[in-house]
Amino acid sequence: MELIIEGLKKAFLLLVTFDPEVLGITWLSLAVSGTATMISLVFGISTGTAVALANFPGKKFVISIINTGMGLPPVVVGLFVSIFLWRNGPLGFMGLLYTPAAMIIAQAIIATPIVTGITLAAMQHLPPSLRLQILALGATRPQMVWMLMKEARLPLLAGVMAGFGGVISEVGASIMVGGNIKGYSRVLTTATVMETGRGNFDVAIALGIILLLLAFAINSILTQIQQRQRPR
Amino acid sequence: MTLPSPLLDVKNLSVTRGGVEVLDIPSLAIHGGEVLTLIGPNGAGKSSLLLALACLIRAEHGSIIFKGRHVNADNGMLNYRRNITMVFQEPLLFDTTVFRNVAAGLKIRKVPGREIKGAAMAALARFGIGHLAGRDAKKLSGGEAQRASLARAFALKPEIVFLDEPFSSLDPPTREALIDDLHAILKETKTTTIMATHDIMEALRLSDRIAVMKDGRILQIDSPDEVVNHPVDEFVASFVGMETILDGNVTGSEKGIMAVTVGTRVICAVGSLGGGEKVRCGIRPEQVILSASSPEGDTSARNTFESRITKIVPLGLFYKVYLDCGFPMTAYVTQPSLENLSLREGAAVFASFKATAVHVIRR
Repeated sequence: MELIIEGLKKAFLLLVTFDPEVLGITWLSLAVSGTATMISLVFGISTGTAVALANFPGKKFVISIINTGMGLPPVVVGLFVSIFLWRNGPLGFMGLLYTPAAMIIAQAIIATPIVTGITLAAMQHLPPSLRLQILALGATRPQMVWMLMKEARLPLLAGVMAGFGGVISEVGASIMVGGNIKGYSRVLTTATVMETGRGNFDVAIALGIILLLLAFAINSILTQIQQRQRPR
Repeated sequence: MTLPSPLLDVKNLSVTRGGVEVLDIPSLAIHGGEVLTLIGPNGAGKSSLLLALACLIRAEHGSIIFKGRHVNADNGMLNYRRNITMVFQEPLLFDTTVFRNVAAGLKIRKVPGREIKGAAMAALARFGIGHLAGRDAKKLSGGEAQRASLARAFALKPEIVFLDEPFSSLDPPTREALIDDLHAILKETKTTTIMATHDIMEALRLSDRIAVMKDGRILQIDSPDEVVNHPVDEFVASFVGMETILDGNVTGSEKGIMAVTVGTRVICAVGSLGGGEKVRCGIRPEQVILSASSPEGDTSARNTFESRITKIVPLGLFYKVYLDCGFPMTAYVTQPSLENLSLREGAAVFASFKATAVHVIRR
């Protein structure tokens, strides 16, 4: 019990004194996971919308692949990204392994199926005749897709939250492709694992609290956006 | 005198789904300002025809000519769609305010904001929901939502509006009020309208012409009066409410009156078909008069049959009486008539109808 109380005290101290190392780790976590989420939104929303609106043979198979991808284990993603970026791997010449860029790639691969799957479900949940109604109002196809996205904005923003939540909290892929290098590729999750391993529970608790606060802050902002301008 | 060229001219329109032809319209011309109603049972192809005419589903064959210009995928499709609009059975309102819903089509057309406000508010007022402009569209009642959907369509001042059973999900009083308002608006704006419904009464109230559809084809397209009183076949007759349909043979004809033998009974009908001709007679229930004693001699009705009441079904404001006259027949009576004549199941009654009330179709 004493260990926890001491840990909480140290955590509070680290937080209020704006410890430069902790701040750096926090900023890198936000930058890596934020960038990965943005990339996953571009691919996920466009792929999910395209699959939802198009009719093609094997659509159900594609949907089941996307749904399977929503549960992609981060360590498996980390493994394959490591192999591709390994010195002798197909993309080894790029020299990205153990860099924040590699972490962004891995996290984007984890988040994209989550965003795609939620987008797909959101678009399929809209009434089928809504597309015809929008076209009958004189919309072009891009206008129709945009209006459908606006109609599905609540579940789409839930997809953004799920995607960000998935990557900010994952640790396996980040350690494997980022290497947890101090001051360079160390993020909140990898640092927490390392400090716990060393028995520095106070620092680990501080990092854990920051991770929770960060997730809470981002999701609060997204919830505000999601719920704003709701008419009476 | 030559007729003005149609606003919308359709030739050899064919739509297939899963290899099955669901629509086959050799020719259909719609003139500016008219209200054409498509009626028919579920699966008759009414909605498919509306969607095909609005270019919202792909037609395998055929041409749609709007104001003399062919409309197809490469040529003026968007321009055509911006001259028409459609209202569906479900209101399909967007998840925003009523005002923004009504403004949606104008915004799509990039109409300046000030004009959008004026046009949307005018359309809302016209449909009696101006006070709901700021409300969440998802919180409207069914009738209010369908009014908002219609206002969204009419705010665009379309050249043609397609209405796909817009009243079918509304309760009767709401439907009545909305039909009345729509009727007034159509008269005022003279908007060319093509509406699908399976309710003949809706069709009669709103239409200049009625097209009766079955299995993707138009069986008859005529004025409401013609369709109701001179249906081209048995299907049209039954669909427009000619409930009694009897097969018989013409056994004689004199002075414009034919004798048609139906079973053991003889019906007098207007016509001059030759003896032996096989015919089908249609009689509308509202044209049958019931009386407690034989009215023969005191009436111009040339047909009177002693009958027995087999069933009485209440239909709200009136009753439907099923009769056995030697052949089955139905009649409508009001509550006071039911009471005055002491009509009940099993009672004997005299059923009369005029020779002009019998619609004869050759078999």
